[in-house]
Amino acid sequence: MLAVESLVKHFGPRIAAQNVSFTLTTGEVLGFLGPNGAGKSTTMRMIAGRLEPDSGRVLIGDHDVAADRRAAQKMIGYLPEGAPAYPSMTPQSFVKFCLRARGFSGAALKSATDSALERARLGDAAQQRIATLSKGYKRRAALAAAIAHDPPLLILDEPTDGLDPNQKDQVRGLIRDMASDKAIIVSTHILEEVPAVCTRTIVIHRGCILADESPDELAARTRTGRLDDAFRHLTISDDQQEGAAA
Amino acid sequence: MSALAGLDAVFRRELGTYFTTPLAFVFLAAFAFAAPTFAFNVARFFDTNRAELTPLFTYLPWLMMILMPALAMRAWAEERDRGTIETLLSLPIPVWAAALGKFLAAWCVAALALASTFPMWIAVNYLGAPDNMAILTGYVGALLLAGAFLAVGQALSATTGNQVIAFVLGVLMCFLLTMAGSPFVTGALSAAVPASLVEAIAHMSALERFSAFQSGVIGLKDIVYFVGLIIAGISWAGLLIGASRAGGR
Repeated sequence: MLAVESLVKHFGPRIAAQNVSFTLTTGEVLGFLGPNGAGKSTTMRMIAGRLEPDSGRVLIGDHDVAADRRAAQKMIGYLPEGAPAYPSMTPQSFVKFCLRARGFSGAALKSATDSALERARLGDAAQQRIATLSKGYKRRAALAAAIAHDPPLLILDEPTDGLDPNQKDQVRGLIRDMASDKAIIVSTHILEEVPAVCTRTIVIHRGCILADESPDELAARTRTGRLDDAFRHLTISDDQQEGAAA
Repeated sequence: MSALAGLDAVFRRELGTYFTTPLAFVFLAAFAFAAPTFAFNVARFFDTNRAELTPLFTYLPWLMMILMPALAMRAWAEERDRGTIETLLSLPIPVWAAALGKFLAAWCVAALALASTFPMWIAVNYLGAPDNMAILTGYVGALLLAGAFLAVGQALSATTGNQVIAFVLGVLMCFLLTMAGSPFVTGALSAAVPASLVEAIAHMSALERFSAFQSGVIGLKDIVYFVGLIIAGISWAGLLIGASRAGGR
């Protein structure tokens, strides 16, 4: 479903992605892990066609994102970092806008809108202006827009950030429900949700992939068998680790 | 087909935003108040004792150079500021279709604003026998002038994430376009640039082109000028936003 080949991206002197390569097949839920500024969001933006790489390419199905962007973007549902949505719109009108832009109309538009709002559990908030909603509901509105067209590839940049424990659990449940017929990438800082949701993890740091394995294999890298220890071990330099130990 | 669907989606969204927020209502109220105020108090509409709308049209470019950039400033600056440009550029919409959809929505609001001055047209017909064709061509010219200023405003909105900066740049550019043929601008330029360039800049005057419409003449060159400005503004906005794919925000 997804092939990421040798992506390189610089922002001035800073390297955001350095030869990032991986593939993803339908049924996989990939946990994209890394410290702040590691290159997770940049890589996801390049996959979504929002950002062009300096070199390398992204294939979604048979479509090269650079050469055949619109065909590739039709296959993607993307929840950007911070879940931006138009504050003057309601979640319902926002979802409809995204669906119309994807060519939906008539009964298909109504059906897909209703289904997305229900799956994201927006309830009565679907009719309120996004500006008046809590952070959790805003995130659900953006999530509804990302899943509304039932895309085969979902890219979710920190989908549970800012949600309360119940809302986090609902979003994780939604991701698990969709996992069987989609390829899903989820970036997160909440490591305890990785085993609950992901079938595979990639740890990225300073634009480089440091690990690409199952959550269990990643956890087994340290004697404690804990994911957070493995994450710390991979992403903190030896000097910093000694400093932390002292 | 998908490009048209994208254009339609952006057009509906933009137009909806104008009317679900106070933006369009404040704009329309300001225009409906300011345009006749200029005509009655500055251009002395009744003192001319002539059944014509020249007093209205004379001051429209000055009003538009403030109000059109105010309408256009949010086009891309707001998308950048709020981060919604991430969502917009991840949708399968060509950038030109998004830019055109935004332009058309703003142009519709501008057309409504112009329509708010129609009672004056009715009034001059009640008071005398005006040349209605000249008034009609004046409105066509005003609509094209509004479109040109909106397109220029949108292009400048694409350069920044700050709406105030977009507005100030838009007003400045519309002022220069309006004043291009005046002695104020040509005099200032003549000391620094060759005479042929000064002459070319003088021909860029939007005021001069708009004056032709007021006299009841629709010239092909004038239409090409305004439509050219509209296409250039929308294209420039599209190019700048498209280029943001390479550079990040």
